[in-house]
This record gives sequence, structure tokens and C-alpha cells, in this order.
Amino acid sequence: MNADIDFEAAQKAFSSLKEKADAEWGKLLDDNASYVLVGAATCGRSAGALEVEEAFREELKSHGIEATVIQVGCFGHCYAEPLAIVKRPGYPSMLYGHLSPIIVKNLVQRFFLEEDPYFEIFLGAIEENDMFPRMADLPRYGLETRRLLRRCGLIDPENIMHAIANDAYRGFIITLSKTREEALEICKASGLRGLGGGGFPAWKKRQMLISREGEECYLICNADEGDPGAFMDRTILESDPHSVVEGMLIEGWVTGAGEGFVYVRDEYPLAVARIHKAIVQARETGLLGESVLGSGFGFDIKVIRGAGAFVCGEETAMIASIEGKRGMPRVRPPYPTEEGLYGKPTVVNNVKTLAAAPLVFTEGSEKFASVGTETSKGTALFALAGKTANPGLVEVPMGTTLREVIFDIGGGVPSGKKFKAVQIGGPSGGCLPESMLDTPIDFDSLIEAGAIMGSGGMVILDEDNCMVDTARYFLEFTQKESCGKCTFCRIGTKHMLDKLTDISEGKGKPEDIDYLLELAQNIKMGSLCNLGKTAPNPILTTIKYFRDEYEAHINEKTCPAKVCKSLTAYYILPDKCVRSCDACVGSCPPEAIYSNSKRIKVVDQELCVKCDSCMGACPPEYDAVIKISPVSEVPPSEPRPEKKETVKE
Amino acid sequence: MEVVEEQEILEGISTILDTEPEQFRNLISILQEVQERFGYLPREGMIKIAEHLGLSPANVYGVATFYNQFRFTPPGKCHIKVCLGTACHIKGGDLIMDQWKRRLEIDEGERTEDGEYSIERVGCVGCCVMAPVSIVQDEVVGDMAPNRVDGILLQHQIAKEKAEREAKKQAESIPPGGTEPAEEYPE
Repeated sequence: MNADIDFEAAQKAFSSLKEKADAEWGKLLDDNASYVLVGAATCGRSAGALEVEEAFREELKSHGIEATVIQVGCFGHCYAEPLAIVKRPGYPSMLYGHLSPIIVKNLVQRFFLEEDPYFEIFLGAIEENDMFPRMADLPRYGLETRRLLRRCGLIDPENIMHAIANDAYRGFIITLSKTREEALEICKASGLRGLGGGGFPAWKKRQMLISREGEECYLICNADEGDPGAFMDRTILESDPHSVVEGMLIEGWVTGAGEGFVYVRDEYPLAVARIHKAIVQARETGLLGESVLGSGFGFDIKVIRGAGAFVCGEETAMIASIEGKRGMPRVRPPYPTEEGLYGKPTVVNNVKTLAAAPLVFTEGSEKFASVGTETSKGTALFALAGKTANPGLVEVPMGTTLREVIFDIGGGVPSGKKFKAVQIGGPSGGCLPESMLDTPIDFDSLIEAGAIMGSGGMVILDEDNCMVDTARYFLEFTQKESCGKCTFCRIGTKHMLDKLTDISEGKGKPEDIDYLLELAQNIKMGSLCNLGKTAPNPILTTIKYFRDEYEAHINEKTCPAKVCKSLTAYYILPDKCVRSCDACVGSCPPEAIYSNSKRIKVVDQELCVKCDSCMGACPPEYDAVIKISPVSEVPPSEPRPEKKETVKE
Repeated sequence: MEVVEEQEILEGISTILDTEPEQFRNLISILQEVQERFGYLPREGMIKIAEHLGLSPANVYGVATFYNQFRFTPPGKCHIKVCLGTACHIKGGDLIMDQWKRRLEIDEGERTEDGEYSIERVGCVGCCVMAPVSIVQDEVVGDMAPNRVDGILLQHQIAKEKAEREAKKQAESIPPGGTEPAEEYPE
């Protein structure tokens, strides 16, 4: 194999590229230089990162301070967005959070002119130093290991030189020095499994392609992150797209595929733009093309924008979608590795698996395999959201327990509420209660607990969330996204949704729970792809761990968390309501709130649409609006006074 | 976005089709381009695309309806996307959706009669940290509450009236010899 490749030429071309990149990076990181790195991935942008960047430029310019301001990716600390790393001579680079244009003005004034590090918004220093606490000293970093996110937030994702200076593409050069068989052995020894959720050993897919040597074959990067509540793939594409390009190059060399596709959701415009730019830059520097770095090995990548169908995350559906058809899964076998895109052998890998591939070669398989558990190697990447104090991206070694992630890294549930459940794996996953929190995060333990690793969304639910409503939400999603091919998935999920809607509306019957359990088994057995096979998981786990809530809905017509609208009523406590305050009356869209004869406000239950406006409008010092479930327990109120007839002229 | 005339649609689509090879695999990217240009997939457009690719119109329509991205009615001038991903849902996203629907008196996927607003339900937009989220004219608004809906609509209304006033003012100041008209305020 290696005989056809001019490795020497590639190595030479790469070292000259690396030299150039190091020079550029060194200039930026010079100890006497000042710079500002603004985190400007989608989450940062929606929090106002672009305004912050503009403010930095203006302020620095107006004070005549010479500093480079660049956009970088996501730091993973979404709770403190917008974020920026600020460096000035004599100080380590400092991470600041909760920025706004006005705070930036102060920051520039205080840090650059008065040498006051502005501790109020200071999160931590990036490098080792003897003056300031480091980010790495924060308790959560004792548990976190940033491997997939190794460059995220530290480099300009739109500059290939920054990536190369920070170890990108070195793994590919190492791979190129090996034969395919050697490279495959290294993959095998590393124990890397598909990080998209399935956990299929990554080397096996590659081996299947190698066995088809000589045939045209394809590579697909699955970036169709359709799971609501998951944004890890997006962050990698936005913050470090070159790790994916490098992963695809490695995969291309190992499998012998000449062309790769990145199938990315169109709902992520920034991710589409950045991976596109990364590919263009890689082509310009010779890292992609007919002869990569002059080695004679040809590989190129094309970006395909997904058109918004959850089922396209399934590999055979994705292949159909790239071919321009409806994204419907088909029967496997034949697996895509035998007959995939345009009928040719195809390997489909998730973004995270590809981003991890270079590490296997730069670190060596032994070191890679030293992180994680016996069966699951490496790290797991989670998007922590919902009722958590520190939402954001969390990367932990496999084997870390859920409790550590939720309480030690996420900071637990805010505002003193009680933790109820954690939803893992999106619509295909399940809800685990507090008693299951000592489950280690790895592929096999999670399946045992009834959830799946899935794409990696981790949503925290507290006592104010209703489990029936949560299950109904996920089912509504899968029911809508079912492609309609398999009867059980198409009609079964609709039946389940109807039953759950009945239960949440107080029309449930005691036998419904058993009916749901039976239907769940049937759907699992009667569906082709994982969308259908895993669709009942949210119901199965909520019934398993929170059966009492289902029973309360059915038998007592009560929603314990006071979420289900039909079972909940809004009520204004007469002894807490302050007579002259009309805040709730003004906020009520259907004008359901009126004053009784003592000018105490009363909710007209017939008109109330349960929009929650009055609860938000009632000043916290009165806090008179409460929710009551079941509806029958609402105390009787004085009826609405008759409207005085206005005299018509 | 304005409702476009049929002629204009056909011309626009021809220019898009000229650059695309006649291959089935390009169907989705063609549809995406057409939607980017017009804001929706016009009926005539889909027929034309079908001709270009040698497919039946039903084939094109079938693929288009399969994917959530494509819409078949023009969006309003102010297009509102309400995120109902997991994080938004558990933080009360459906209350926000209800409020938009109630205030604008339309259902999701519809457009107000004056063509001003349209509502769309979207899956996760990836800003889970700021849940619940609505996207108003491409601007992400986080930490939504039912009464913020009213605020946003009012803001939009005021901005619109101001723009109208200014346009009127400019039109009035053009005639020669005319004095500067007094500033008007809405009653």
C-alpha cells in the first residue's frame, strides 16, 4: 500500500506548513502582546458576543491600545456567556464571563489602563501562573477532561493555521506513515467506539471497507444532530472544524475511500459556514485534493445540508437523503459498509467519533485506551441543559457517574428546588430518577438502566416538571418525526400519544398503563430503525421509575407537579392579594381576572387559558397566585359582579 | 417577504436550475436554494423543478413535504420561530407558543391576514441555556415569558409606525416650497 504513497513529500510539506503556523501562532501568543479572544459560537452570539466583540474593538481603539481581537469558538461555559479571554503583558490570559458592551468598557479601562484585574467578572486564568486561580483549579475541572473539545474556544476556527499550530493534522501524518493494516490495528487497540450513541466499535466498520479493496467507496460524517437538547456536534463544528476534517482524512486513508460527505443540519447555519470554510482552507493548503500534501493520496470532502428530518440521523435514511430521496431507513443488512451511498460501500461516522480519531494516533492507542472504562474508552461529551445551575458542554471520562456530572459539574438544581430526574439521550433515551444517579456513564451501564448514551443531551428535570408531560413531549416529537414506513412506528406511536394525552387531560383509565407497556414492546419489535425501536424508551422509563405520577393522573385526576393544564387551576390567595394592585388583571390575555366586592382579585376558571401570565405578573413580595391540582379543590369564589350596562347614545 | 408574482418565480427558478445539473441527487439542494430565494416553495416552482429533473411533480412534492425545512406558504414580514426543544419545553415553551398564537390569532405554520407575522414551531435551535427561546426576525430572544410576547409585538408595532411616519415625512418634504411638517405622534 505504502509504496504508492510519497510519504516523504507529505511530511516535508507538512513541516513547512507547521513552521508557518507556529510562527503565526507564536506572534499572537507573544508574552508582550495583548489580545482578546471572544467566544462567538451560536450560543455566545445569541447572548450578544458580536456586540461584545465590537465593543472591545472600539474601546481598545479609543484608548490607543494595540491588541488583536479575534473570534474563537465555544468554551463550554454557556452559563456565563458571553465570554472572552483577555491577555495583556505581564498577566496570564484571563477568562471573563457575563460580558456586555458596558462591562467591556469598564474592563478595558480597569484592566488595560489601571492594571486592575476586575475580579467581579473574572472566572479564571488559562495558563499556569503564581498570581491568579486557574480555570483548571475549578472543582469541575477535577472531573472534566477536555479531549474532544481540546481546541474549542482557544483558537480561531476560521483560521487553519491556528489549528495546525495546535496539533491538528499531525495525527493524519502519523497515520500516513503506517500501512492500512497497521493503522487499523492501532484503531482496534484504542477501543474507540462510535460516539454518536450506538457504540459500535469504530475499527469494525473500517475493516469491512478494507475488505472491499479496489472498489469505489465513500465516507459520511453524520452531523445531523436532530435531538432536541443536544448541541455537542454543533459546538465541535463551530469551534474546531479542522478536527473533523482531520478525522475524515484519517478515516479516508484507513478505509481507502476517496470522497467524504459531511451531512450537517441546516438549522445550524454557523456550523455549515465554518465546516465549509475549513474544507476550503484545507484544500488551499493542500490538505485536501487529488494529492494530499503531494503524497499521491487523494481525498476530498463535500458538505451536504440536511433539510430537517430527525430520522435522517439514521445511517440508511441519511444515505437516501444524500441521494436526493426521502430520508427513509431501509432494511439492514445489507449494511452501508456493504451497500451504501449510490450502492457503494460506505462508512458513516458521527462528528465526535471523527474528532476523536486524530487523538488515537497523536497519543498512541495505549494512552487513548487508558481513559475510560474497560468496555468504553475515551471521553463522553454531554450538553447539560434544563434545570441546572451551570448549563453548558461537559466532557468527562467514560465511567464518571451521573451524580458527579449533575451535582459536581452542573452545580445541581438552582433556586433550592428538588432534583427529580435526568433525561439522557433525547427522544430515544430515558428519564432516570435520583436513585439511579450512581450509574456510571458508559454505553453498557446506561442501556442497563433503561436509557441510552444517545447523542448526548442531558436535560435536568426538577420537582416542577411532570413526568407524564415529559414522556408526552418526547412521544409527540417521535410521532411527528416517524417517517411512516413501519406500521408500528407510524400508528403505534400515535396511539401511545393519544393515550398519554388522555392521561394528562385526566381522561386516563387504570388499564392504560398496562396497555402502554404492551404497545411499547410491540413498537420496539415491529420497527426497522432505531427511531421506532427506541421511541417507547421515555415512556418505559417514566412508568418504571415514576409510576406513582401516572397513577395520580389517572386515579386522582391530579398532576403532582402542576404542569398538565387540564388538571391544574390558577388561584389567587385572598389573604395575600393586595387590593389596589392590578398587575394580574392587566397581564391576563382573556381578561379572566376580576375584582370582587372587596377588590380582591379572582380568577374566572371558565375563561382562564392557563398561560402563566398572572403568576409572572404578581409581584414577588405578594406572591398571591398559586396553582392547584386537581381542579376540584379550588375554593369557591365570589362570582364576577354583573357588568353595569353602559348607556348607548 | 412579499408574495411574488408567478412570472418572477419562474424566472428566478430558471436561473437557479441553469446552474444545477439534471441529477436526482441535487433535488434537495435545489429546493433549499429556491426556498432561500422566495422564503417558501411555490407550486409553479416545484412543477418546473420536476420538469428539469425529469420527475413527476408529485415526486418533488413528496420529497419536499417529507422534510420539515420546506414550507409551502410565504412567510410573514416578521417571521417568528418558537423553539420547542426539550430544554425549552421543560421551561414552559408551550406557554410561549400559546401566547404568540393567541396574540396573533393564527396557528403555527400560518400567516396573519395582513402578511405581517407568521409563526413556526422549530426543534432545538441549540441555545438551550437561554430557554425558553423565540427567534424573531432572525434575532434570538432568550428567557421568554408570556408577557414578553406582548412587549415584542408592541416594539415591532412602534418601530413599524415610526418607519411609516418617517417615510410619510420624507414624501411630504419633497414638494418644493413646502415647509417642514410638524412631527406627528400617534394618538
